[in-house]
Amino acid sequence: MSPPIDHSLLDPPRLPFEPLLQRNAVITEQPWVRWLLTTAALAFLMVFLLLPLVSVFTEALRGGFKLYWESLKTPDALAAIRLTLTVAAIAVPLNLVFGVAAAWAVTKFEFRGKLFLITLIDLPFSVSPVVSGLIYVLMFGAQGWFGPWLAAHDIHIIFAVPGIVLATMFVTFPFIARELIPLMQEQGTDDEQAALSLGANGWQAFWHVTVPNIKWGLLYGVLLCNARAMGEFGAVSVVSGHIRGETNTMPLHVEILYNEYNFVAAFAVASLLAGLALITLALKSLLEARHGAELSASHRH
Amino acid sequence: MDIRIRHIHKSFGGFPALVDVNLDIRSGELIALLGPSGSGKTTLLRVIAGLEFPDYGEILFGAENMARKPVHERRVGFVFQHYALFKHMSVLDNIAFGLRVRPRSWRPGEAQIRRKAVELLDLVQLGGLERRYPHQLSGGQKQRVALARALAIEPRVLLLDEPFGALDAKVRKDLRRWLRELHERTGYTTVFVTHDQEEALELADRVVIMNRGCLEQVGTVDEVYEHPRTPFVFDFLGGTNVLDAEMHGRKVFLRGAEQPLVTDVIHPDGPADLYVRPGDLRLADPGSPGIDVHVTAVQRTGPIVRASAKLLANGTGISIELPHLHHDAARFHAGATLRLKMMQFCVYPRAASVHAHPITDAPEPTAAQSQERTRA
Repeated sequence: MSPPIDHSLLDPPRLPFEPLLQRNAVITEQPWVRWLLTTAALAFLMVFLLLPLVSVFTEALRGGFKLYWESLKTPDALAAIRLTLTVAAIAVPLNLVFGVAAAWAVTKFEFRGKLFLITLIDLPFSVSPVVSGLIYVLMFGAQGWFGPWLAAHDIHIIFAVPGIVLATMFVTFPFIARELIPLMQEQGTDDEQAALSLGANGWQAFWHVTVPNIKWGLLYGVLLCNARAMGEFGAVSVVSGHIRGETNTMPLHVEILYNEYNFVAAFAVASLLAGLALITLALKSLLEARHGAELSASHRH
Repeated sequence: MDIRIRHIHKSFGGFPALVDVNLDIRSGELIALLGPSGSGKTTLLRVIAGLEFPDYGEILFGAENMARKPVHERRVGFVFQHYALFKHMSVLDNIAFGLRVRPRSWRPGEAQIRRKAVELLDLVQLGGLERRYPHQLSGGQKQRVALARALAIEPRVLLLDEPFGALDAKVRKDLRRWLRELHERTGYTTVFVTHDQEEALELADRVVIMNRGCLEQVGTVDEVYEHPRTPFVFDFLGGTNVLDAEMHGRKVFLRGAEQPLVTDVIHPDGPADLYVRPGDLRLADPGSPGIDVHVTAVQRTGPIVRASAKLLANGTGISIELPHLHHDAARFHAGATLRLKMMQFCVYPRAASVHAHPITDAPEPTAAQSQERTRA
């Protein structure tokens, strides 16, 4: 006689990878309905998204690759690229730290004013970027609250790099926090509590347990944050002052060139931004394909 | 390690989760905290662990008051209902975690950590699975790994929060039996939370029954089952019939019975509730006293025959259970009129049925909370 089976030792059952209900007759439609809807959606995407994107590249290369290259090599364009990269390099890491801290505070602790904090995090999404820029002009501009004091100490914020960084940070703040909050809410606090009960201190629990749990969501948030930081126009436009070679970011530079009827140069710089968007999109899709489950259900972007 | 809990109070935003809880846990004991949801059992476990802090009161590990110490300084093994395994770590790394996060001064060498982890994996009978990841384990295996991980830090007390709650019935049963064996072998002081009375009765040395943040009764499995101190305990530990009764001295007058029943302990005269389990009812011998009932329905579920009946005297519904092979079973059929006797029952004064009283872990019940269990 064989000994009785201990069910708590058994391996998990092997299930097929394909969802069992993929071709569910109840929720599917007639073939012609499916075709019609799919075609309509694709046509819409072609006209409103793909076509403009393609036109950016064709316009940029209209005068040939040499002209394209020449217009990117002008000192003003190079300065704009450098400034955009600098701003992103400052704003994204700072937002990474603030975003993680905010998400951590909101999801792992109970405190008074939590709902207010969540609303506040969303504020940059609901406010027009122009208003976001104006806030800083009102605070740090020559006629602003701190204007006289800053002028007296020879500190330049508005129409200078610090203002651009501040405005960019304001606009891109929600991206990382918003990505992490649902993810961390879903994960709960059991893992951290387990780590603490095993003798880990708060810092160890954060590094060895929380960070690995959120890393893909975090990377995803950083990608989106970076894309917006480099592409932001409205808020930056208000605080930058459009000084060529000094406070012009790539999007601002595109506008200036366009207004001067220098279409090839404008589209050349724009093609770089569009290229950045495509790379971000590709990385994002790759992340979703590989780590979809870990990125939680909520993708609102 | 002996654990003594003294006058613990804890409330969440005005809701009293624990009210003056006192409990002694002896070294090496396996204790179940049993109660319905919202009774405070999980809160009590978390307060012992240091995952919650009491509003006031003491928690003594031996002679040391731990009430204000954070969880990572208490050295307690905590096992969660949903395992809380670290998903990105292999089984071995999960078990080794508690040793690896120790300060360098008293952290064992890496080789020693690995050896210990493998040893523990053997203890939980999962030798050879050290390279697997949590998503490659079944629920039963996960909970065994979680247990090994908690044991790695050589905890002063092992705390399990509904450890079988997320598992299938069969897995649960096997894991329960294995945990009991493991406890007998390792001797860790263990406290576990459950809302399943069968689980508590099967596994624990002593059972703590909680209700509304208070301890209703603390005792061995036999004590709480045979001598439930309050109607709540009686009701929680199995099916219940409640019958209208009247106390006069030691006599219990039951409506519908010709002769009073006699109890050992004196209650104040007046209205009372008589509690009797469905399984403690049998056919009365011919000619002897009993309660007359009219059977309305009979249903067999597995090895048990359940009958529903109404008291002839006042129509009170009553349920009866007996093994289907019992020689009385054939006489229970719908429409039959039968006379039943009670093998055992409890009587509680009517007032006591309304609210449970907070009690302490004192060995002697006080007169006000007295209960009665009599063999008829």
